[in-house]
Amino acid sequence: MRRQIPLALCFIAGLFMAVQYFIPHPTVQDTYEIVLGWLQTLLAFAFLLGTVSLIRMHFHKIRNRADDRAFSWVTLLGLVSMIGLGFLHPQHQLPGSPFNLMFLNVQVPIEATMFSLLAFYIASAAFRAFRARTLEATLLLVAACIVMLGRVPIGDLIHESIPAATQWILNVPNLAAKRGVMIGVGLGMMATSLKIILGIERAWMGGSD
Amino acid sequence: MGTIIWTTIGAILTLSVYSFLYKDNPFYKFAEHLVVGISAGYYLVIYYYNFIDPNVVTPVFQLRLGDQAIGFGSGAWWLALIPGLLGLLLYTRFFPKVAWVARWSLGIYVGGYAGLGLSPVMQARVIEQIGANALPLTSVTNVLIVVGLLGTLAYFFFSMKHKGILGVFARTGIVFLMVGFGASFGYTVMSRISLLIGRVSFLLHDWLHLV
Amino acid sequence: MNVFEKMLSIDRRWIFLAIGIAVIVPFFFPLGLPVVVTPPVESLYDAVDEIHPNDAPLLLSIDYAPATLPELEPMAMAILRHAFEKDVNVVVMTLHPAGYGLAERAMLDAAEEMGQEYGTDYCFLGFQPGTSAVILGMGVNIATVFPEDAYGTPLAEIPMMEGVRNYDDIPLVISLAGWSAAEAWVYYAYQPFGQAVGAGVTAVMATDFYPYLSSNQLVGLLGGMRGAAEYEMKIDNPDKGVQGMDSQSIIHIMIIILIVAGNIAYFGARRRKKLEEAEAA
Repeated sequence: MRRQIPLALCFIAGLFMAVQYFIPHPTVQDTYEIVLGWLQTLLAFAFLLGTVSLIRMHFHKIRNRADDRAFSWVTLLGLVSMIGLGFLHPQHQLPGSPFNLMFLNVQVPIEATMFSLLAFYIASAAFRAFRARTLEATLLLVAACIVMLGRVPIGDLIHESIPAATQWILNVPNLAAKRGVMIGVGLGMMATSLKIILGIERAWMGGSD
Repeated sequence: MGTIIWTTIGAILTLSVYSFLYKDNPFYKFAEHLVVGISAGYYLVIYYYNFIDPNVVTPVFQLRLGDQAIGFGSGAWWLALIPGLLGLLLYTRFFPKVAWVARWSLGIYVGGYAGLGLSPVMQARVIEQIGANALPLTSVTNVLIVVGLLGTLAYFFFSMKHKGILGVFARTGIVFLMVGFGASFGYTVMSRISLLIGRVSFLLHDWLHLV
Repeated sequence: MNVFEKMLSIDRRWIFLAIGIAVIVPFFFPLGLPVVVTPPVESLYDAVDEIHPNDAPLLLSIDYAPATLPELEPMAMAILRHAFEKDVNVVVMTLHPAGYGLAERAMLDAAEEMGQEYGTDYCFLGFQPGTSAVILGMGVNIATVFPEDAYGTPLAEIPMMEGVRNYDDIPLVISLAGWSAAEAWVYYAYQPFGQAVGAGVTAVMATDFYPYLSSNQLVGLLGGMRGAAEYEMKIDNPDKGVQGMDSQSIIHIMIIILIVAGNIAYFGARRRKKLEEAEAA
C-alpha cells in the first residue's frame, strides 16, 4: 500500500507515456491527451505545495523568535500582498493593474539585479582564481580569451582573424566536445528514466517506510 | 507621475541589492526577502488563474469547461475532478501519519514525465547527434569533429583503464573538452556582463534619463 | 610583502568599482563599434523573413524570467519588430510563470510601436505549466492546451487563429529562454512533429546549442546580448543589444587584463617565494 501502489502507478504511467508514441490508435491517443493534462495539474499543485512550505518555514521562524524574523515578516507581507492584489483585483492580469505593476517594478528589478551581481564576482574570480597551472587550464583560458574578444565588436577592430577563430572554436572543437557531453548526458537521462519507471530508482518516494 | 514613482521604487530596490557589493546589510536583506515573497505570490496567482481555476475549480464547482457547460458527474466533470484530487493528495505530506499517500500522485507524476521524455530525448540527444557526426572524412574540419567526439566519449568511458589507444583518445578528448569549456567560460562572462549592462541601462536610461 | 603579493591581496571591492565604472562610461561616451552578423543569426532571420505575411503565424514562446531579461528581451523586441514589419502574424505564449508579465510587456510594446492590432496581427495565449506536456499537447491541438487566450477569449473567436490547429499550421517556433525550455522545444516539437524550431538563449547556454544547430534540429540561434545585437543590425533597428556592445567590449578587455594580471601576480609571487626558500637553504 505504502510502497507497492506508488511504484505500480509510476510503472504504469511511465510505460504508457513511453509507448504511446508508437501506438497511433485513437483510444491510446485520447488517453494520452488526458494523462498529459493530469501531469500539468499535478505540476501546478506541486508548485503550490512549495508556497505552503515557504509560509510554514517563515511562520516557524517568527514563532521561534529567530534573530532575522523581521525579514520573515517582509517575505510574508510580500506574499500576502501579491495574493491579495491577484485575487481581489478582478482584472489583475491586465497591463497596468497593481498586480502587474508590482511584478514589473518590484520582482523584476530585484531578481534581475541579484543575477547581475555575478558580473562583479566573475571579474574578481578572473583575477584571483583562473590560473594557467597546467596545459589543460592554459588551453581553457586561451580559448576563453579568444571567444571573449571574438564575440564583441572590439575583437573585429583588433584583428579580423579573431572573430574567425572564435567561429572556428565554436563550430569545431566546441561542437565535438559538447556533442560528446550531449550524447553522454542523453544516455544518462534515458537510463535514469528507465530506472524510475522500473522501480530501481526510488529516491522520489523519500525515506522511511 | 505613477510611472516615475514605480520606476523609482525599482531603482531603490536595485541599489539596495547592489549595496551587497560593499558588504551584507539590512537593505540587501530586505530586498532579498521581499522578492521571495512577491515572486511566490505572483507565481501562485498565475498558476491558479492560468491553470487550476479553468481546468479544475471551474469545471468541478461551476460545471463549466471553457465556454461550454458540463453535467455534474459527466465524463468531463470526472476528468477534471480526478487530477484535482490527485493534486490535493500531494498535501498529505504535511500530515506525518498519512504522508505516504502523497506518493500515489508523485508516482504518476514522476513516472509519467520519465516515460514522456524517453523517446524524444533518445532521438534528439543521441540518434540525431550520432547521425549528424557521421561526416565524410574529406576535410580537416570533419576529421577534427569526428576525432573530437570520439575522444570526448572515450574520456567519459570509465569501464576500462585509459591506457593504449583508449588513453590516446581520452587525452585527445580532454583537449577538446578544455577548449569547449573555455568557449563556455567566455560566453559565461559575456552573459553576466550583459545582466549588469541591463541594470545600468535601467538606472541611467529608464530612471534618471541621463542617456 | 612584495609587489606580486600586494597585487594578490587587493580588496576585491576595487575590482567591483572598476567594473562598475567600465560599464557606465560607454553609456555617456558611446564607441559606436560595428556589429557583424554571424551565420546562426542570419539563419534565424531568414526563417522569420520567409514566413508568408498575414498567413500562418510565427509562434514566439517567450520563456524567460527576470534573471535573464537584459539578454533575452532585446531578442524578443527585435524578432517582434521584424515579424510585425513584414506583416507576419505572431502568437505569443510562455512556459515560465514569470514569463507571463514579461512576454506581455514585450508584445504590447512592440505592437504599439509598429501599429499592430490584437487578434488580427498578434495574440497572447498566456502561460501553461508542464513544459513537455504543453509542447506535446500543442502538437495535437493547440486549443486543447490553450482553450482561451490570456484574456479569456476562446481561440476560435480570435480571427488570426482561424485554421490554426496544431504545428502543421505553424511555420516556425522560436523559444527565448534562459533555462531548458528551448531544448524542450527541440525534444517535443521538432522530434515528434518535425516542427521548425529556432532558439534565443542566454550566452551561458549558447555553446551547448551548437550541436543542435549543426544537426539542423534548430533553424537558427541567437546567443546572448550579442545575438540580439546582431538581429537588431539585420532589421536595421539598433536598440539595447547594440547599445550594450560598447560596454561589453570594454569589460571583456578588462576581464582578459585581470586574468593576465592575476596570473603574472600568482606566478611572480610563487617564483619569488621559491627564490627566497633557496636563499634561506
